[in-house]
Amino acid sequence: MSAQGSVSTSTPPRNMQEFMEGIWERNPVFVMVLGMCPTMAVTVSAINSISMGLATTFVLAASCWLVSVMRHMIPKEVRIATYIVIIATFVTVVEYAIQAISLELSEALGAYIELIVANCLVLGRAEAHAAKNPPLASTLNATGMGLGFTVGLTMIGGVREILGNGTLLGISLFGSNFQPWVVMVLPPGGFFVMGGWLLLFAIYRARKDRGDTGLTAQGASHGA
Amino acid sequence: MVRESLGQILVNTILSGNFVLAMFLGMCPFLGVTHSVSVAFPLGLATTFVIAIASLSAYLLNMLLGPLHLEFLRLICYIVVIAAAVQLVEMFVKKQSPSLFRALGIYLPLITTNCAVLGVALFQTARDYDFLQSITFALGGGAGFTLALTLLASVRERVNLSNVPGVLTGTAMTLMLAGVLSLAFMGFAGIGG
Repeated sequence: MSAQGSVSTSTPPRNMQEFMEGIWERNPVFVMVLGMCPTMAVTVSAINSISMGLATTFVLAASCWLVSVMRHMIPKEVRIATYIVIIATFVTVVEYAIQAISLELSEALGAYIELIVANCLVLGRAEAHAAKNPPLASTLNATGMGLGFTVGLTMIGGVREILGNGTLLGISLFGSNFQPWVVMVLPPGGFFVMGGWLLLFAIYRARKDRGDTGLTAQGASHGA
Repeated sequence: MVRESLGQILVNTILSGNFVLAMFLGMCPFLGVTHSVSVAFPLGLATTFVIAIASLSAYLLNMLLGPLHLEFLRLICYIVVIAAAVQLVEMFVKKQSPSLFRALGIYLPLITTNCAVLGVALFQTARDYDFLQSITFALGGGAGFTLALTLLASVRERVNLSNVPGVLTGTAMTLMLAGVLSLAFMGFAGIGG
């Protein structure tokens, strides 16, 4: 995992940098490609995506804060198990909260709320960032990552809802003559939309690289 | 709720309700270790084993937690049991085949955070499966997971040999391939009745 960013000491204050990192530069959905299960399973509509993103943000921020506070107390050998238990606790809190706020939403998201426990993004942040940094920095970083995740989810969910249903946030966009592209709200649509966004970002990055250094598109996104 | 027969559950979880291609469970290994069949297939088998153990223990835990009114502890109990099972598999693979252990790398301990494993436990609870149904669901899910991983790995092995435009390499290409596979698997819809 390429979790070690170079710590620059340039002008923007460090906390702000921690916060912004997850939103754009190392966006969890489009750059790090973490937490894919909820990314594609619940993004059939924009509202589902936003709620899932916010739920994950809360779990991420809360568990990173707690991990960071307890980072000197947790023995190294059992750290992963400890992180998992901390994360599972906050996920239970979120699950019961969503059930209390909106039963409809809770049914739409189903078991995927509980599956936040198994989101690699949360455990990855706890291990790679929160375990090594003071509480304020890691909470800010986690919140940024969570918001970046929400943005990514909403971008996918929005496209899928517009194409597959002709609506955005439940508001009809094209009138009654619109023939919905049903496959977009079915499972394959998740793969296609996600792949399409990644492709767009790869093209953008390739353009930028070529502009900066004259390199070709090759090697812009060699990974995985 | 209509009780599904064991055969229906098995066919549904392998084909039309495939864990990876229809329910998006276990995406990380699906995108991460499918560069070659020789790695994807063993990882599928290891995951199937963990899924079976997870399903079994989830069933027993549910029997224990229900009467005690401790349902809010369910998630935490599940994940701890799964983590222990993964540790067991990790020790087994390390002893049996060190080369495979190195090939699987970080993805072996990451089975703990594989949604497919926790997903089985949660879905079987949500659907009120009895003991035999749970086990069938788990084995079918594991088989479906292995199938999807092996299929994508073989496609990717072929794609590696062909001339792909630069911007398409990497995750974008894999996702497009997965989309086509998922589209193909949708053709199985309704086969399990």
